[in-house]
Formats: sequence, structure tokens, C-alpha cells
Amino acid sequence: MIKFLNLLSLYILPLIIVFILIYALAKKTPAYESFVDGAKDGFSIAIKIIPYLIAIMVCTALLRASGAIDIVQNLLKPVLDFLKIPVETTLIMLTRSLSGSATLGVLGDIINQTGVNSYATKLAAVIAGSSETTFYVASVYFGSVGIKKFKHALLAGILADIVGIFAAIFVCSWFFL
Amino acid sequence: MNYIFTFLILISIICAIINNRLDVAIDEMLKSATRAVQISFSLIGIMAFWLGIVKIAQNSGLMELFSKLVKKPLVFLMPDLKENPNALSNVALNISANALGLSNAATPFGIKAMDNMQEKNPNKNVATNSMCMFLAINTAGFQIVPAVVIAILSANGMSNPTQIILPTLIVTTIAFVSAIFFAKILEGRFE
Repeated sequence: MIKFLNLLSLYILPLIIVFILIYALAKKTPAYESFVDGAKDGFSIAIKIIPYLIAIMVCTALLRASGAIDIVQNLLKPVLDFLKIPVETTLIMLTRSLSGSATLGVLGDIINQTGVNSYATKLAAVIAGSSETTFYVASVYFGSVGIKKFKHALLAGILADIVGIFAAIFVCSWFFL
Repeated sequence: MNYIFTFLILISIICAIINNRLDVAIDEMLKSATRAVQISFSLIGIMAFWLGIVKIAQNSGLMELFSKLVKKPLVFLMPDLKENPNALSNVALNISANALGLSNAATPFGIKAMDNMQEKNPNKNVATNSMCMFLAINTAGFQIVPAVVIAILSANGMSNPTQIILPTLIVTTIAFVSAIFFAKILEGRFE
């Protein structure tokens, strides 16, 4: 079962690419020109996240190297061990609702700390890939039209985030442990 | 964010002094800044590739086709958009762009959708139920291929970074469905 699912993971990306290309061919869309045009944005996106990434990665590196994070993680360790959650991933569960760039920074830190093929990295990657930053989206979208009373929007978003974290823990332990 | 940033750095430096690890901490601080830049630069290739592929989908009209398909279920979730076709199509385009991982392209659609909904909003300060539903769906971040995360894993040398696609898809779907669920059951409880 797991073998089949991992195979499916491998096929999703090429299938999407093939589908997009064949559809473009059928509609006579200039695929190459479109590709080149779209790819230009890759550079600006990567550059744009640099300052955020530096801020977060410096913070997390300092927290770790100074021993400050050990205090918090030792307190949480019994609960985390019980749920089979690597202690390094606790920070990313907090940042994912606050800032997308921060989450990427924490992911970079976890890779650096535990290695790219570790379970902690995979769990953190799934958490980072499956979330959007609740507070950012709320402030941009409601702020743009001057809504001041958010009613239940934030609460629904945060509850969904919490469900997402638990789903990530269970799905990952099933796939990767 | 300003306070959090300041607090984290101050507390780390104090801890480092207490633990007598100031030299290690400062060394790590400087190294991690360099590492952040390396990560960003290593993203460029895969991000550019994916954005190029997705641009083909956009130009060929595939994204619009996709957004037409999601309109029906959206009307069910946000009934008052039936009388607001502009808002409905912008919501659909926003969700389609997000699903493809184009958050930069999705934001303008999302803001336009909010604008259209605000026009019909009797009370301009308070969010409507549809606005809350739209926001909840958006914060769940439904995405078919998490391109940025795959780029980071690949840039750091993971042998098979696409292995996270299916687990991520399952998790994001669960979060998406529960966002809809929570937005519906909380409706009317915060008047």
C-alpha cells in the first residue's frame, strides 16, 4: 500500500506537466513563450524572501545555539515522544499560521540541524507545504476593503490549522515511519 | 512581530551568556545569515521552472476551465454569491491560482473578490458570512504541488523530494475540508 502511494507521489508532478502541455497543444497556446514568460518571476520571488529568511533563521539559530530552546523542548519532550513528534518540529507548528517566509526559514533550520532525509525534515516539509498563513491572509484581504470585525473567520482558520497539524503528524507517521 | 523579533534575540543572547556559549551563538548567528541567502538562491531554478509550467496552464485557459468547475460547489458554500457573479468568478480564480501554487497571482483575485463582496455588504465594517468562508478556505492553503517546499528539499540534496507530494495533498485536503466545516458551524455565533 505504502509502496503504491509513494509511487503515486512520484507520478503526480509529471502527470500534471504532461496534462498542461497537451492541453496547451490542443488549444494552440505557445508553450515555450509562455514558459519563458512565467519563469521570469522565479528570480524575483526568491529574492523577495531573503530578508524574511535571514531574520527568522538568525533568530532560530541563536535560540538553538544559546541553549534557550533546550529549556522549552525539554519541558515538552514527554508529550512529543508519546506522539512520535520530533522535538525540532515544534517551532514550525507555531510559525505556520503567522508567516510563510518564517516557516520556510524554520524548515531550512530543521534541514540544517537534522539532515535532509530525516523524519523531522519530512514532517516539517509536509506542514510547510500544506498551510497558508492565516493571519497574513486575514490582514491583507480584510484590510484591503476596510473590514474591522472579522467575526468567525480567524477562529475557523486557526481551528483548521490545528486540525492540519494533527493530520500532518498522523499522515507522516503512516508514510515515513 | 517587532516585539517577538527583539525578544527572541535578546533572550538568546542572555541565555548564551548564562550558558557560557556566547562564542558559539555569535558564530551560528553569522553563519545562519549566509545560509538564508544560500537557500533563497537555491530556490530560483525550481521556482522559475514551476512558474513557467503554470504560466502555460494560465495562457491556455486551463486555469479558467478549472475555476468554472469549482463555481458550482462554491455557490453552495457561499449562497449570496449567486447574485454576485463577479465576486464568484474572482473567488473561483483565486482558488484555482492558489491550487496551482501561484500565490502571487492569487492575491489580486482575492482582493477583487473581497471588493465585489463588500459592494453588496450592508454593514461595511463587519465581514459577511461569505467573506468569512472565503477567508477560511484561503487560510487552509489548498495546493496541488507545494513547489517551494520541494525546491528547498531538492536544493538541500534530498534524493526524492516529490515523495512529500501525496502526504501534503492529503493533509491540505483535510485542512481545507475542516476549514469549510468550521466556517459553517461557527456562522451566526459571532453576531
